[in-house]
Amino acid sequence: MTAAPLIEVEDLRIDLDDGANHVAAVEGVSFRIDRGETFGLVGESGCGKSITALALIGLLRRPLSVAAGAIRFEGREIQRLSAAEQRALRGNRIAMIFQEPMTALNPVSPVGRQIAEMFVLHKGKGWREANQLAVEALANVRVPAPERRVKDYPHQLSGGMRQRVMIAIALACDPDLLIADEPTTALDVTVQAEIIELMRNLCAERGTAILMISHDLGLVANVCRRVGVMYAGRIVEERRSDDIFSACAHPYTQGLVDSLPRLGSRAALGRSRLREIAGVVPAIADFPAGCRFNPRCAQATEVCRTTAPETTWLGAGGLVRCHHHA
Amino acid sequence: MKLGTSAIIGGLLFALAIFVGLFAPWLAHTDPVMGANLMNAEEPPSWIWWFGTDAQGRDIYSRVVHGARISLTVGIVSQLVNSIIGVTLGLTAGYWGGWWDDVVNGLTNLMLAIPSLIFALAIMAVLGPGLTSLLIALGLTNWSFTCRIARASTLSLKSQGYVQAARVLGYGDLRIMITQLLPNMVGPIIVIGTLGMGGAVLAEASLSFLGLGIRPPYPSWGSMLSEARDQITTAPWLSVFPGLAIFLTVLGLNLLGDGLRDVLDPQSRSRRT
Repeated sequence: MTAAPLIEVEDLRIDLDDGANHVAAVEGVSFRIDRGETFGLVGESGCGKSITALALIGLLRRPLSVAAGAIRFEGREIQRLSAAEQRALRGNRIAMIFQEPMTALNPVSPVGRQIAEMFVLHKGKGWREANQLAVEALANVRVPAPERRVKDYPHQLSGGMRQRVMIAIALACDPDLLIADEPTTALDVTVQAEIIELMRNLCAERGTAILMISHDLGLVANVCRRVGVMYAGRIVEERRSDDIFSACAHPYTQGLVDSLPRLGSRAALGRSRLREIAGVVPAIADFPAGCRFNPRCAQATEVCRTTAPETTWLGAGGLVRCHHHA
Repeated sequence: MKLGTSAIIGGLLFALAIFVGLFAPWLAHTDPVMGANLMNAEEPPSWIWWFGTDAQGRDIYSRVVHGARISLTVGIVSQLVNSIIGVTLGLTAGYWGGWWDDVVNGLTNLMLAIPSLIFALAIMAVLGPGLTSLLIALGLTNWSFTCRIARASTLSLKSQGYVQAARVLGYGDLRIMITQLLPNMVGPIIVIGTLGMGGAVLAEASLSFLGLGIRPPYPSWGSMLSEARDQITTAPWLSVFPGLAIFLTVLGLNLLGDGLRDVLDPQSRSRRT
């Protein structure tokens, strides 16, 4: 690990305040990502992974707000930057790709223009040069016949092509950090693999760090070097992805691992049902006291219902939040 | 994009009016103001005087042709002003929200509560008759619908993925409004603008009829109607032809507006198919 991390999140708390209720949607979240590193956040819907990502780029909007903690990008606190300074970071140093390539592109503008706009906006290029760079950017994401594709409108492209365009836009300015929020959820499986491969290769070439957000533990473990598992607004476990399947310490992570189908497991272990985690993620307004996973946890005891577990540091940079960690 | 019959008919009528307005000096037989000759007073329509002549012996055809210039200038320019005001206010109000939204909403409601013709009358009364004051009066009084539409479109577009994405990519507010929001709402704005143009032509005619618009002897369709009303029984052609011109232009604009709505509004399109 180098001395200064690219981005460092420290004890982040995000509040949801809709006038009547005032609750913490995300609490005590800390992680760091070094230059060129890949880090994944995994969790069920509503566990706070996407709003954590929005907080990183300073785009939380009412009723959500950063209530405590710090987010430092290259040592500078993002909250302290002016609106213009934040804008200069967004898209230029920190880029983001989204879940829905169908809706994330402007339907009335040719895709080439949408890529070129990034060069005009952040690099101060003229339109003529920006349009040439847009063709190159499309070629970089392996879009065939890019000089013709730049004139296409989003509806003329397939889902996979659109996501490639999104990646081209995101990587246009050679950002230091790419946030990928469920980048392949809307795509079918074969296209998914291509897109992930493409994203990983392009980022490796440029030394771009990736923060990948997904509900798919297998996918994240495959792409990222380290994985943080989020549950109900907290990181419950953080491990190197090599270790997460073999030595996970938190019962929730164990549940996620058990719920993944494994190829050939039927032959080895006989016919058995996939195990699921009983229950659902509690709503933000009524997170349970103590460990937030306790109502769904098979190993829960009295202390789990009363006291929130502290972070325990494991070897090799891992951590877990559980009273009964293995 | 498939244009319906009504859009084509409307478009042709509007194109005809534009053509007539543009080439009025060549199409007219005599000068609309100076071509008076009492020897030819109150001739009914004939091969020489296509639409007849008035009490001063001026050719009605030539005056209607020249009147197209004034009516269309008023219609197009004042609606353009309305659209610019409406879109600017509606877009910024919907985008920024907060107190500015409240102010714009209040203003819009105020404009909707006062009949726009009465408001325009009041402005004309202050500014006095004439083309410029007509443009100001009509340009400032009819933006409330455009504003409503622009604001509503902004509110629904604001939550679209690509607008969020633009923010994430570091677009500023103004750039988001111009590149992301505006192009996605032009459809309904054009429809409202076309219909509003017809309304403005009518409003010009009404104000001129009331003597507050274009003053005689300059020919506008409204002022011609106003002059003709005493002779409606003795010389009906004096009122029929300017009236027909107004009717056809406004009909054309309304048909065009309806036709464009069918093409540009995705909701009505999906309802048809």
